[in-house]
Amino acid sequence: MEKIASRRFGQDNSHLLASYLKDNGYAAARKALTGMTPAQIIDEVKKSNLRGLGGAGFPTGMKWSFIPAANPKPKYLVINADEGEPGTFKDKYILEQDPHALLEGIIITCYAIGSHKAYIYIRGEYIKSLQRMQAAIDEAYKEKYLGKGVMGSGFDIDVVVHPGGGAYICGEETALLESLEGKKGFPRLKPPFPAIVGLFNCPTVINNVETIACVGPIINKGAEWYAKLGSEKNGGNRLFCISGHVNKPGVYELPNGTTLRELIYTHAGGIPNGRQLKAVIPGGISAPLLTPDQIDVKMDFDSLKAIGSMAGSGGIIVMDDTTDMVWAAMVAARFFAHESCGQCSPCREGSGWVYRNVKKIYHGHGKPHDLNNLPGIVNNIGGNTICAFGDAVTMSVGSYVSKFRHEFEAKITKEPAHA
Amino acid sequence: MFSAEFKQELDKITNKYEQKRAALLPLLHCVQEKEGLISPETEKNLAEYLGIPVVQVHEVVSFYHLFHQQKLGKCHFSICQTTACALRGAEGIIDYIQQKLNIKPGETTPDGKFSLSVVECLGACEIAPMMQCNKDYIGPLTKQKVDELMGKNK
Repeated sequence: MEKIASRRFGQDNSHLLASYLKDNGYAAARKALTGMTPAQIIDEVKKSNLRGLGGAGFPTGMKWSFIPAANPKPKYLVINADEGEPGTFKDKYILEQDPHALLEGIIITCYAIGSHKAYIYIRGEYIKSLQRMQAAIDEAYKEKYLGKGVMGSGFDIDVVVHPGGGAYICGEETALLESLEGKKGFPRLKPPFPAIVGLFNCPTVINNVETIACVGPIINKGAEWYAKLGSEKNGGNRLFCISGHVNKPGVYELPNGTTLRELIYTHAGGIPNGRQLKAVIPGGISAPLLTPDQIDVKMDFDSLKAIGSMAGSGGIIVMDDTTDMVWAAMVAARFFAHESCGQCSPCREGSGWVYRNVKKIYHGHGKPHDLNNLPGIVNNIGGNTICAFGDAVTMSVGSYVSKFRHEFEAKITKEPAHA
Repeated sequence: MFSAEFKQELDKITNKYEQKRAALLPLLHCVQEKEGLISPETEKNLAEYLGIPVVQVHEVVSFYHLFHQQKLGKCHFSICQTTACALRGAEGIIDYIQQKLNIKPGETTPDGKFSLSVVECLGACEIAPMMQCNKDYIGPLTKQKVDELMGKNK
């Protein structure tokens, strides 16, 4: 299978410009800048069926086409390297081991959308990523792949690395913009969408690291090639992350049509200690749980949506039969309670309430009304908030209760008999 | 007031942004790297430097968990407790460290050598259970590995 985003991982000094150039580095950017129009590039990316690999799976070419070319304001490209979705760790590998692939994609994308400035927002904990990205940018400026009139094309482009402060919500695109502007990460209401009102009130495209790292190969080898690798409306491969109860946790680049069963048993070495599968998170903690009867699903955006979950960030977490699902629900609920930004009442109050409720049940202090009330509390968060975080609490924690209700019931203290 | 030389150092960061205020997070990281914490004095100075109200600096400092208003120990353990790490024994590691250092999450040892935090997903589930020790990601953690780390940082 031909590797795209991970093709250079593991090579000595893969992060250095000299290594990248030996590997046909910046040829795609040169081809785009000197031989294609912005409209042609957007068209090519549309045809490739490249979809956002941060979590939402929105068609990338379509997103770029929303930038109003006639708008006189400066345009911005923002790379979302906040990688906070539990179970996800793929972008870290691109940032650390192939930063120039991201830079090349940035150059092409900026040219396509008429932007001369890109920000790479990297989560503050990713120290090595921050260092490697800055070093790659310094090399690129030195050799004139960034700066004024790059690669003899007359196109100016600047790229700035920006560190986050440690807040999961800043992975949400509008919260990221707020954070990039020097404020708390409170998401914005959409519409207006960032393509019209984004960074500093200007038209902005925000894309995930892996998404943009695929742009160079698409320009080099063509949209048709990329589209064919995947499934019908979901082109290319994907960097799948797999962790939890598996023998070989790690990043695996595979076609989008790969099944969850293949991922767990063929690639990640199956479940250790002779245990059986009990449940699996297919796309980061926000994705509803799947049960063992559902693992023949293909891991593309449309197939996972069809069975009531989501491909999300590609972060797969496997749970074996030693897992107490009420405990697992408590861990998830605790995550959401900690990471709620606090802006919307249903989420600020509801996420904490869900966590305290599930924790009470887990520790054996739950009464029947605690379990009966739980779906009502969980279901009234999603759909009532400014951003999708509220929806994630509802879908994700809700799936533990709906699919493993019997485990919750088993922990409920029976009401004492009345005399 | 920041000194003129320090302002020049900050200008190098601020000049990368189209709006001054956007430099706030990297500026906070820069000061914290130097001084080990964000003091009320720093908040006032940054507010003055950026031309924004102090409260807008303070609310950013209190919103983001990487900014500390108190000095941490020489060695800061941030242990991940989210799902993948939890499935692979994070709770046991957290308990072990609390026991050995005799501090709770959010506290620092009296000799100032170790601080403990419990955090959410650090993006390193493939080496679960793991922690960030100052700048480094370390995992998979075992009691033995923890003993080694503590020994190295005494």
